[in-house]
This record gives sequence, C-alpha cells and structure tokens, in this order.
Amino acid sequence: MTGPILEVCNLVKQYGAVTAVSDVSFRVPEGMCFGLLGPNGAGKTTTIEIMEGILSATSGEVRYRGEPLGQRFREEAGILFQKTALQDFLTVRQCLAMFRGLYDRGLEVEELIKLCALEKLAARDNRKLSGGQQQRLLLAIALVNDPALIFLDEPTTGLDPQARRNFWELIQSIKARRKTVILTTHYMEEAELLCDEIAIMDNGKIIAQGTPRKLLNEHFAEVLLELPRHEFPQAARHLPLTVIEATDRIEITTNDLDATLRTLMDARVPLQNLRIRPPNLEDLFLELTGKALRA
Amino acid sequence: MINRLLSVWHARNLEFVRDRSTLLFTLVMPVMLIVGMSFVFGGQERPLFKVGVLSAAPLDKSAHPFLHERFVDFVPIASESDGLHKVTHQQIDLLLDLTHRGVTTGTGAGAGANPGAAAGAGAGAGAGAGAGANAGAGAGAGAGDPPGPPRYWVNTDSPKGYIAEKLLLASAPTARRERVTGTATRYIDWLFPGILGMNMMFSCLFGVGYVVLRYRKNGFLKRLHATPLTAFEFLSAQVLSRLCLILFVTVLLYIGIASIIHFHSAGSLLLLLVLAVLASLSMIALGLTIAARFASEELVAGLLNLLTWPMMLLSGIWFSLEGSPQWVQWLGSIFPLTHLLEAARAIMLDGAGVAQIVPHLIYLGVTAVAFLAFGAWSFRWRIE
Repeated sequence: MTGPILEVCNLVKQYGAVTAVSDVSFRVPEGMCFGLLGPNGAGKTTTIEIMEGILSATSGEVRYRGEPLGQRFREEAGILFQKTALQDFLTVRQCLAMFRGLYDRGLEVEELIKLCALEKLAARDNRKLSGGQQQRLLLAIALVNDPALIFLDEPTTGLDPQARRNFWELIQSIKARRKTVILTTHYMEEAELLCDEIAIMDNGKIIAQGTPRKLLNEHFAEVLLELPRHEFPQAARHLPLTVIEATDRIEITTNDLDATLRTLMDARVPLQNLRIRPPNLEDLFLELTGKALRA
Repeated sequence: MINRLLSVWHARNLEFVRDRSTLLFTLVMPVMLIVGMSFVFGGQERPLFKVGVLSAAPLDKSAHPFLHERFVDFVPIASESDGLHKVTHQQIDLLLDLTHRGVTTGTGAGAGANPGAAAGAGAGAGAGAGAGANAGAGAGAGAGDPPGPPRYWVNTDSPKGYIAEKLLLASAPTARRERVTGTATRYIDWLFPGILGMNMMFSCLFGVGYVVLRYRKNGFLKRLHATPLTAFEFLSAQVLSRLCLILFVTVLLYIGIASIIHFHSAGSLLLLLVLAVLASLSMIALGLTIAARFASEELVAGLLNLLTWPMMLLSGIWFSLEGSPQWVQWLGSIFPLTHLLEAARAIMLDGAGVAQIVPHLIYLGVTAVAFLAFGAWSFRWRIE
C-alpha cells in the first residue's frame, strides 16, 4: 500500500448547538478497504458525506491526493449512498448509460453489467428490481467512472443474508482490482470480512482505530464466555469478572479460562448454555460503544 | 379502526400545521386572490361599448362631452393606424380623434363632411378623406376660437359601432364621419393562441417544477451531485428536455386545432416557432426558479399556483385587458405569457413580422436567461 489517497483533517460539523462530528482526523492509504463503524447517530454518515463532498464541514478539511476536493475528485470517486432513487421508467442499461455520460472516462456499460452480474436484468425497469439487484445496480453506477476511490455507505443494509453474501463477493472483486474502498456498516461480520482497517465512531468522535486484529488484541483477552442473560443470577454480577452486558446475553472476557469457570461454578451459575468463543468485532463494538460509553 | 384512522388523521394534521411556510401560504393565497380580483374586476359598472380615443394619454375627460357618457369604455389609442386596425377588426366599436380637430364655429361644414366621408370604402380611404377635411377646416380657424367638430371612424359592419355612433352624434352632431369596413375577428381565432399559450404555461411551470422537486426528495439529485455534473448543466438539460416536449406537443395541437376551426395564420409560422421557443424557455426557467431550492410539494404547488392564476387572468388568455386600469396592464406585462400571447396574436391574426414583435422577443429572451441564472444560483441538490 502506498501513501494516503484521502486525508481527513480535524473535521467538525455542527447543526446549531448539536455537534455531529467533533475533530475527526484519519488517513486512508491507497488500495485499502477502510471501515467506518458506529451506532446510529454516531456521526459516520455525516463524516462520509463530508468526505464525499456532498456536505460542507463547519471546519476542518478533506484532501484527495493531497489537494482539496475538486473536479478531479468528482471524476475519480465512485459513491453508493445508503438510499438512492433513480429515474422512473429507465431500464438498468439506460440508467448505467445515463451516469456513464456524466464522466469523461470510465468503463463500458456492457463491462459494468458483466462486472456486477446484471446481464439478466439489463433490460428491466429499475423500479422492478429486488433489494439485492437494486444494490448491484447502484454499485455498478458507482463504478461507471472506473473510480480510484469508492464510498460504500451501508451497502448491505436491508438485504437478506444470501444477497448480502453475494454483495460481499462483489466488493471483494473490486478490492482485487486495487481500488480504495471506504465502507460504513452496521454489520461487524461485514467489516471483519472486508476491511483492512477500521475506525469506530461514537458521539461524533473516533474512539478506536486500527486493523481489526490489533483492536481485538488491544481490548480483549484470549477468550470470551457467553451466557444467556436470564440465566445469570443477580448475585453473580458482583463476582470479580470482566462482564459485558448485551441485550440478551452476558459476555465474560478472560485470559484464565479455568479460574473463571471455577468462579462461576462456585457461585452456582448454571452453565448448561455456556458458549466459549474468541472475541470478534461485534464484541469490540459493544465494549466500546455499549458498555464503555453508554453504561 | 377508528383509532387507527384518528392516529393517521392526527399525524397528518401535525405534519401540515408544522410546515409553516405551506400553512401560511394556504391562508394567504385565497385572500390575495380575492383582494386582487376585486381590484381588477370589481368597482364600477361594466361598460357596454368600447371607444378608442386618439388623444395624448392620460385621457382628459373634459376634452369632449362624449367622454362623460356612461357605460362606454374610453380607451386611449396612441396611433391612428393602430386605432383603424382595431375598428376594422371590431376590437373597438368606434375611434374618436380629438388630436386633429379643425377649429370652426359653424356646424354646417361638419354636417356636410359626414356623408362625404362615409363614401370612403375602407380604413385607408377614410383616413385620407379625414386629412383633407382637416386641412380645409384649419384654413378658417382664428386664434381663440373653440375647437372644431371631432373626427371619428366607425365600422359600418359592426352593430355595436352603429349604436356607439348614435351616442356620439347625440353629444357631437357635427362630428365628421369616416367609414371603415371589416369583419370582426372570430373569438375562437382570438382565443386559439391563448389556449396554446395556457397549455404551454402549465407544462412549463408544473412539468419542470414537480420533476425537480421529486428528484430532490427521492435523493436522485443528491446522487447526481456526487458526479461532475454542475447545477447549470442539470438545469439546462431539464430546460431543453421540457422545451422539446412542449414544442412537439404545441405543434401537434396547432395543426390539429387549426384544421378543426379552419384557422390560417396571417403571419410566418417560422416566426411563430421562434416565439414559442423563447416563451417556453422563459416559462420553464421561471418554473425552475420556484423548484430550485424547496422540498415541500405543497409549498411548491402553492407558489406555482400563485404564478399561474394571475397569468391565467392577467395575460389575456380569455379576454383582452385593454381598457382595464393601467396598473393591471402593467402587472400583466410582467408575465412572459402576456408577451407570448400579444406577439402570437400579432403574428397569427395581423400577420406581424419580426420588427413588430421584437420587444416581446427581447423580453422573453432576457427573462429566460435571467431566470435560468437565478435558478442555477439558488439551486439546492439536497434537502438540508
């Protein structure tokens, strides 16, 4: 990977008295898939829209290849918004041709159709596509200018698991073409699978940044124990354990599994539904935004 | 079921009431219409006759006793040729000349002039006879003498002209008569440009305005904003797209209606097309200025209605505003539709050429550029 293709410097966005983004800075190296994660209202969509040049910042700056966002950025960036409607009555091929006409250079329409597996849908009215098909079309539109940098804002939200997996394969094929991808998502599995580096946002600030493995190592011990919440007695909450309370379960992190199990058995905590697994990004997310910041 | 219905009813009411701009507009619009219409059409009794008066504006009612007649609408006419044209086409019932009055104290000369002038066969002949009479009468004038009998033109084919002449002669029995002949312009011929113009106006304003609003609300504009496309390029594309559609529809309508009502344009169809292009550009760009930044359908609909209703009433679609108060005519002249209709009628009914309608063409061209520039300047890609 080479130098940064995009730099975000001290970004601030205020709506009246509300600060949506507070002094956010990071750099995205070329060829990387960078994930911006956070709960609803964390400020990630505002941040990405400022990075896309759609929204103006209250202060701070976004630089593309060392320069402020300008015509070159618009020519070389591809964007897939959370929600985009297209013109009525246009077929998939006509939608692609319309957007292709807005750029000086890019991929041929037929190549895009093949790349995003839209061959059987090319002559269909865009309003008659399923959710997954619609997202594939929007991804194809984001690729019409053969962009160096692609923004994907929650691209698989609302898709069924099969459509989501198909979409992930598409994104991986784009990554394989050495494109830089900036992704926001609610799905930790998606971030873990696709992102080389992630930044976790909450309350308008970046609270953690790094590769998924590095962040997990920083915040978690070796293993994680999961118990159904209703099976975890109130008295056991005072045990000398590192406990994270999720909606439906209790998570206990430990680097001494034997000692932890003994403690739980001594406290007569039922262990029939105990599950032991390594921690993942979802645990990290909960640790950082659910417990550490909201408890 | 009632609870669900009430919940939706309540939510919709809140939505409406909290959209303050729309609420305000909904309250203000009817009041404005009523006040405006009462100014334009209310007040005095409606006149039965329309008499053109060749006189320096504003009209001085003390210039002649006839000008005090009730139920007669006296309209200042700037030039004799314009007045004769209107008498010939029965757009006015009689033309009275108070500017070239030979001064004479006798009444016999005036009475004798009437039958002589009446022998003229048309507007041109009548004008010539009148000029001769003036010269003769002027020879006998003396300083300080009262002005001589006025001259007037009446269309002998017009029933209303016949009655208007009787009224004039009751107060000016020595007035010198010039005869004009010519059939009235059919109302349907006069209305035809108005109907085409009205159709163009609705298509221009609502067609473009609502499309841009829908694009903004469903996020399509936001997506376009992420491309190299500029606001001016987007708006220009919308204008040109709508222009092509309107021209196609208008040409079809013209051909269809003209063949049904047996109408033949007196002037150039090419000039008419040029006029339609400029007028459409102006009105489409006007619609874009309304839709350039708002995101509320109800507000945009209200603003478009605020534009279309006065245009419907003050641009001369259904009836001529000649004789209405000066400020009404001034207000009407602001609208592009007024310029379209005046120029179109001049071409279609009177055979006017470029020279006669050039002020209208310039106005439409300038407003098209100004509205498009303002629209591009105030344009918003997304809902803030």
